[in-house]
Amino acid sequence: MDNPLNPNRKKQRIDDLAATAGTGGGAGSVAVADLTVGDAGHIAESTGVSLIASAWSRLRRDPVFLLGAFITLAFVLLAIFSPLIAPHDPTAGLLLKEVRPQTNPIPGARPGYPFGADSSGRDIFSRLIVGSRQTLIVGVMATLFGFIGGLTLGTLAGAIGGWVDSVVMRVVDVMLSIPSLLLAFSVAAIAARPSQWTVIVAIATVQVPIFARLLRGSMLAQRGSDHVLAARALGVKPSAIVFRHMLPNSLSPVIVQATLVVASAIIDAAALSFLGLGNPDDRQPEWGQMLGKAQQYIYDHPALAIWPALCIIVVALGFTLMGESLREALDPKSRR
Amino acid sequence: MTSMSASPSTHPSVHPGAGEPLLSVRDLRVTFQRQGQEPFEAVQGVSFDVRPGQTVGLVGESGCGKSVTSLAIMGLLPKHGNHVSGTVDYEGTNLLTLSDQEMRDKRGKDIAMVFQDPLSSLNPVVPIGIQVTEVLERHRGLSRKAATPVARDLLDRVGIPDPDRRLKDYPHQLSGGMRQRALIAIALACKPRLLIADEPTTALDVTIQAQILALLKELVQDTGTALVMITHDLGVIAGLCDEVNVLYGGRIVERGERHELFAQPRHPYTHGLLASIPRLDAPRGQRLQPIPGSVSDNLPWTHACAFAPRCSQPIEVCTQVMPELEEQHGRALRCHNPVEGHR
Repeated sequence: MDNPLNPNRKKQRIDDLAATAGTGGGAGSVAVADLTVGDAGHIAESTGVSLIASAWSRLRRDPVFLLGAFITLAFVLLAIFSPLIAPHDPTAGLLLKEVRPQTNPIPGARPGYPFGADSSGRDIFSRLIVGSRQTLIVGVMATLFGFIGGLTLGTLAGAIGGWVDSVVMRVVDVMLSIPSLLLAFSVAAIAARPSQWTVIVAIATVQVPIFARLLRGSMLAQRGSDHVLAARALGVKPSAIVFRHMLPNSLSPVIVQATLVVASAIIDAAALSFLGLGNPDDRQPEWGQMLGKAQQYIYDHPALAIWPALCIIVVALGFTLMGESLREALDPKSRR
Repeated sequence: MTSMSASPSTHPSVHPGAGEPLLSVRDLRVTFQRQGQEPFEAVQGVSFDVRPGQTVGLVGESGCGKSVTSLAIMGLLPKHGNHVSGTVDYEGTNLLTLSDQEMRDKRGKDIAMVFQDPLSSLNPVVPIGIQVTEVLERHRGLSRKAATPVARDLLDRVGIPDPDRRLKDYPHQLSGGMRQRALIAIALACKPRLLIADEPTTALDVTIQAQILALLKELVQDTGTALVMITHDLGVIAGLCDEVNVLYGGRIVERGERHELFAQPRHPYTHGLLASIPRLDAPRGQRLQPIPGSVSDNLPWTHACAFAPRCSQPIEVCTQVMPELEEQHGRALRCHNPVEGHR
């Protein structure tokens, strides 16, 4: 998603996103247009068009969003119901007797096995379907942990300010300046035994600074806002100001960013597994791991690599398309 | 708006302007430090009193220090980059010396504030009801449950129809006038003794302005709340204030009882402000009489009258010596060459 060689551009992009929070923030809250001007004696009959409502009316007609949402929805359903959908047991070497290690290690496609089998005679089609579950778990969990971490750091920096802000943001800057994959590798390599969880933690670590910086930016915009000043003028306690008045109004760009981060988390997870830093247990199929295994047969059997790669690309694209359209629809600057 | 008159006054009748001052501002100065530039003194020694139940106006054009004065009284200026000196006595306590915690306990309970823009002053993601009960919970120790009927009554009191439904509404679902009513309800929730209204009608259109002003007037009369009205609109002052302070360039240039000040403005600035109001009974074809120039033409007060470059009748001394604020018969004036006679 990001150009890993250019951390400054990465920071710039995060800050731009944060800036939209001040003007358009507040999920579902800012009135876009009051349809009735209404005198004060009467309540405007219209309830106003909320940001969410206006965004939805645009998204509904946006083919890019619809495509992204369709892919995402299909992927999530596939992952949830994968054991029911997969035609075969993904761990059973059903075509093992067709595997000829010397002449033809990869059994080709045949009736009931549309993509053939791998070198252990396991049905590739079923493995792809079941592998979606791992991908979804890793993508969503990593994003969730990154979100929680970033929320904590960003709130700390944005709410307390002063030296806490400086320290937290310098740490975040250091993390952002390391190319994201390199950082993920480093974290994953620390673990003694690679597993699904080391992948999740490694990728979450990469996402933390992105969320932290984004949230801190929009918290700062909120800190100078009129309603926060009004709350202070009422003697509201600082903790209530942060959690009731600043945080809920700062979240919308962060939530939009989360959909985009799922895409990069899926790609990063695949990259980690591909390089052998993921879950080594191949009884739990995973797209990146399948891709890695396909490497040794890539010249004779490219299909073995193409299918998992295609799955990764399509799913990442789905999340990206959906996230980008969401961001555009919620961005007050692009609204007509 | 019939609902308002139904609720009885909670305070015994207070004579406006009687007794000891509730708020006494003395020589208030606010200086902003600016990076790479000379510090800027936005408020340069403002002194005025507000007595219980009294409505005091602070009038002046943009940049004259009205809003900074109010924020300084409330202790809401940013912590860094400015310096506040002088005293702000509220019932014998100097607010400027209170700790953050003590000041938080006073704000919203003893002194409340209504801001200019009613939409942006309400939290967009929290229902109106919660925003009213929040203050009640904070200062009166009520539970959310106990505070809800009180909040309902408050909304009813400020003339919001169907308050039960409105409690659950979000700010964007209310019209501008309704939002300002809700903000006034929030500000008056804990029955503060002093309300500071910083241009409360500027963001509203004219018919609603009149309604909001009538509401404010009625509420302060009913509850005996003292009101500091900050505005650039002389019409607002004329309809509401007992005493008027005219600010120019961070200093008070004229102070007087409302009728006297309007009938006989002595300072050329006040005179110019009043003369520049378009009049319906003016002869056809008569042009408006603006005050020439802008605030950026000001001279520094230290060795001149800041208004001299824009004054209609400057004399030589105006650009050499700062005029002092001189009190006479309940009026105060800072001018070397005041306007004589009736308007």
